[in-house]
Amino acid sequence: MNGKERIARRIAREFKDGFYVNLGIGLPTMIAGYLPPGIDVVFQSENGMLGVGAPPTEGQADPDLVNAGKQPVTELPGCSYFASEESFAMIRGGHMDMSVLGAMQVDEQGNLANWTIPGKMVKGMGGAMDLVAGARRVIVAMEHQTKDGASRILKACSLPLTGTRVVHDIVTELGWIRVTPDGLVLTEVAEGIDAAEVQARTEAKLMVSPDLRVMTAS
Amino acid sequence: MDKVVPSADAAVADIASGSTIMLGGFGLCGIPENLIAALVKRRITGLHTISNNMGVDGFGMGLMLEAGMIASHIGSYVGENRRLEQLVLKGELDLTLIPQGTLAERIRAGGAGIPAFYVPTGLGTVVAEGKETRQIGERMYVLEQALHADVALIKAWKGDRLGNLVYRKTARNFNPVMATAAKLTIVEVEELVEPGELDPDHIVTPGIYVKRVVVGEMYRKPIESEFIRAQMGGAA
Repeated sequence: MNGKERIARRIAREFKDGFYVNLGIGLPTMIAGYLPPGIDVVFQSENGMLGVGAPPTEGQADPDLVNAGKQPVTELPGCSYFASEESFAMIRGGHMDMSVLGAMQVDEQGNLANWTIPGKMVKGMGGAMDLVAGARRVIVAMEHQTKDGASRILKACSLPLTGTRVVHDIVTELGWIRVTPDGLVLTEVAEGIDAAEVQARTEAKLMVSPDLRVMTAS
Repeated sequence: MDKVVPSADAAVADIASGSTIMLGGFGLCGIPENLIAALVKRRITGLHTISNNMGVDGFGMGLMLEAGMIASHIGSYVGENRRLEQLVLKGELDLTLIPQGTLAERIRAGGAGIPAFYVPTGLGTVVAEGKETRQIGERMYVLEQALHADVALIKAWKGDRLGNLVYRKTARNFNPVMATAAKLTIVEVEELVEPGELDPDHIVTPGIYVKRVVVGEMYRKPIESEFIRAQMGGAA
């Protein structure tokens, strides 16, 4: 099991039956594939759909039916469609139980940066700023470090922010980190490593939970 | 009353250079591809566009960009358009990126006679810079202004000659709200039906918002993720 799969499987265990959840583009989208049995979750896609199903089989894609990543998806029974302003009314209005997003940087205060690198990359925030401002719980799912080995969990974000004090939890292949008013608390570590190693690969200060557990994937 | 015009060319014939234009769609899904093609033929310039995205290199609004028609753009995500990224980094196009929900609500407010409204979105970020903020209850909010346009170009699935419209699946997206916020709303439909054929309970856009209806001649409807993969020669 690779790091991304471990992250996706662990977050899937956090869903409760009856949750309405928005999954961001990329790694978070993988989570839908690992729902535990008996847990019914309705996935929202902010381009205007509740009840998003799996990708279609080869040749069955419908260009009028895509997710927020512009990839073809399918309908689940009971799905519904709506326009963009209603989609974001349900997001901003606090109706989403959970939003799972990727990040470039997160910091000790729960600030999040994931939409631009000034002078280098022009992409845009899409729905990310609305999601972190409106969802009841915001989980960041990302690889612990950049490809160059730099920490993504910082004392303070250096990139332009997506939201201030919005992140509740950070999940990486190394462990689970809760954002608390006192700072970041490591509550779970991946099998085979310890808290000291996670700290060594993290710029931000991590407190270690007295109940530190091994992060099991399934 | 008959709002049907004979062709996409006729539908966009009087759009002037310098106009502010809203364009429906999310990525390449639900875009008015026939109206865009007709507009590109006209080679008007200095347009101020409002659309969630900017098409891709080689399709949708990407064609308007390549034809040098766009002076400024307001949207939420333009990551699939490399030409736009280059123009912006060189300072040749005025790009304003705003949160997608704020974009949708600013357009809704424009169509609904609401000049401005407060949202929590973007507080403490560049999006809130220079804007009024206010505490209401326990939380701080940012004041956002309504958006209006001279023209809205939108895409529906079926419509009648009165301009009543229904949409199909996720191709709905920004189309209904943009229909409400422009002085001149032009819609292209895949299928024109007679008044009475659409179930009145199912009409999403009532005809009052629509000035012109045209049947789209041809639909390519590329799926964006596959279009981009094909452009990159099958890689990635």
